[in-house]
Amino acid sequence: MQEQEQVNIDELYADARHWHVNTGGETIHAMRVPGRFRNFKWFASCLWLLYLIAPYIRWEGHQAILFNIPERQFHLFSITLWPQDIWMLSLVLILLAMTLFGVTAVAGRVWCGYFCFQTIWTDWFTWLEEKIEGTPVQRRKLDAAPWSLRKIRLKLFKHTLWLLISILTGVTFAAYFTDAFELWHSYLTFNAPQVAWVVVAVFVFGTYVFAGFMREQVCFWLCPYARIQSVMVDKDTVLPTYDEGRGEPRGKVRGKGSEGRGDCIDCRLCVGVCPTGVDIREGMQEGCITCGMCIDACDSIMDKVNRPRGLIRYASEKEMAGEVLPPLFRRPRVIAYSTIFLLAVGGIVYGLTHIPPVELSVVHARQPLYIQMSNGMIENKYTIKALNKTSADRHFQLRVEGAPGVHIVGDAGAGIVLESGKMVPFHVFLAAEPAALKGEKMPLRLVLESIEPPAIRMEYDSVFIGPARH
Amino acid sequence: MAKPNKPQHAPDTGHEWDGIRELTNPPPRWWMIAFHAGWIWCVVYFILYPAIPLVHESTKGILGWTQIKEFKQAVAENDAIKAPYLKKVAAMSGQELLADPGMRNFAESSAKAIFGDNCAGCHGSGGQGAPGLFPNLADDAWLYGGDFDTIVESITDGRQGNMPAHEGELDDAQINKLADFVIAEAQGKGTAEGLALFNEAGCGGCHGEDAKGGAINELGSGAANLTDGIWRFGGSRDEVLRTIRYGVNQEDVPNTRVAIMPAFGGKLSPEEIKMLAVKVHELGGGK
Repeated sequence: MQEQEQVNIDELYADARHWHVNTGGETIHAMRVPGRFRNFKWFASCLWLLYLIAPYIRWEGHQAILFNIPERQFHLFSITLWPQDIWMLSLVLILLAMTLFGVTAVAGRVWCGYFCFQTIWTDWFTWLEEKIEGTPVQRRKLDAAPWSLRKIRLKLFKHTLWLLISILTGVTFAAYFTDAFELWHSYLTFNAPQVAWVVVAVFVFGTYVFAGFMREQVCFWLCPYARIQSVMVDKDTVLPTYDEGRGEPRGKVRGKGSEGRGDCIDCRLCVGVCPTGVDIREGMQEGCITCGMCIDACDSIMDKVNRPRGLIRYASEKEMAGEVLPPLFRRPRVIAYSTIFLLAVGGIVYGLTHIPPVELSVVHARQPLYIQMSNGMIENKYTIKALNKTSADRHFQLRVEGAPGVHIVGDAGAGIVLESGKMVPFHVFLAAEPAALKGEKMPLRLVLESIEPPAIRMEYDSVFIGPARH
Repeated sequence: MAKPNKPQHAPDTGHEWDGIRELTNPPPRWWMIAFHAGWIWCVVYFILYPAIPLVHESTKGILGWTQIKEFKQAVAENDAIKAPYLKKVAAMSGQELLADPGMRNFAESSAKAIFGDNCAGCHGSGGQGAPGLFPNLADDAWLYGGDFDTIVESITDGRQGNMPAHEGELDDAQINKLADFVIAEAQGKGTAEGLALFNEAGCGGCHGEDAKGGAINELGSGAANLTDGIWRFGGSRDEVLRTIRYGVNQEDVPNTRVAIMPAFGGKLSPEEIKMLAVKVHELGGGK
């Protein structure tokens, strides 16, 4: 009876025969096999070294890349960005998003496989693990072995190195927001501000736990991009694919019944090298970060058994079905992503080359809209906010254009001093004879001009408001 | 804790209905870690912070943290930042304050809230007043003077205007003629005949022989300039007639105008009043 029901349940789950999801219960110890994609992954790793080095680059007397939040200035080499230029950030985000979407549409999760910090840091951590504890087999054995002096020594050494990398990662992140050298000094003398400690604590914890312990679990369960990628790939997208037609039925190369077998010798090396522990032969799946390690592994085996390479290769669904892949710029997705990408690049280039030296904004007083003076004149009040983004104090004058009969009260328009990097709002009153007003509302333009060279001219359109006409 | 979920081989509770077993798959390890971290967090939080409501009050928590303490601390921090500037405000004269852009800006910004709390109720958030009821502070027509020190005086001690009621003193025809005159005078069309009546009736005693006001403003009557077209109580004929008939702030006169500016000397500190004066001065009509 019992046996009968057991079988029924197995039938119920027949579709999930291969459904094996690792929820963190087993540690994946992936093998490392040299190859093209392995080399590419190291190259991508080196790009992340820039992240660790960049805060120490100096440029024109200050840190080359500095996000100075208290001063609200972002330094990127010679460019200084102010909060007013933040609109460019949205373009940068669009640009990054389009790069991600476009690349994913063409070649799948390239970001995940080679460039993502989760992938790279995990790679560094496991590389150290291999150097210290040995091959995956030795590592599994060590994990299973009872505690011994040797095990403690190896584990202690590994975790110390992991923590050092984590600390370096955290301090580096903090170093983008304040002077890197002073920051190191304040950390080493235990004088760093609280927020700096919190940042480092969060990053050390995150790096150590995510890259040391959770690893592929982050990609499986934490990362949102891993989940939305499936809507970005289509039948044209090239992904690491197992050539089922060529590989099946799988089995040993020689021996009984080896005739008629496919090229796959079922060595499971592709599974052994997979950093997320999936079997690519089951087809594309959520765990696959398209890092190509299985391709390197399979190619090395194919070489050994004298079969052509590419049993697992980057290929699209269409290619596998024998169709021809359309050229890149005949694909609607690629065209759309590239267009938006180019627009964003254009916007950023325009923005960076057109950062105004002075930011001018004029606010017309709303209460009251106009003031009736005792000599019959009508006055309007304006709050002028002018931010001098250059590195020197400058003198300006203010003029009214486009509204004959409207003039600035007193000498408020002359000899305006704008201190470098400062913004002190000031008021200006404009006055007009009631007879000079052409309507209840008269458009005008306030012009702020530099007195000394270089010539800076900023304009701001506003209005002059008078009593209602009946 | 968690082992890979294999439904076929999962342990069960021994319960089964129609061939369906009740499995006892444990939750994933990360989930259990989060669960334990969660309740540990709660316990620690309950010990450190006020948490459990009792009948009259809640448990205090060993940190002794309260919202009001945090608020007071933040206020104290803010006060500490402002203190040196307030010291400067106290030491500087009105002219110095107005001439220093940084300090003027500090005073105006600080006074914004004080103005909103104490002044805007009558004078409006932009000092625009309310026609006929409360004076406009943004124009350059001042009943008591628009220089810095006089503004400080007006805020500190308050103001109470005074104009006698003329009903009974003058006959109706005279009152009407006076009204005609001041309305015409405000437009620059006042007649010599009207001005003669104006002075004959004694108006010139306070409003000046030329009706331009100000003659005895030192005494605090706040007599208006009647020639500038800016009306304290409204410039329509009915309003002007009412002002002449019943006066301003007259006891026992039912329809008299009420125009009382309260004194803020006891309520606001001298520095606050100084900063308010900077703001009022900068509204547009400061002299």
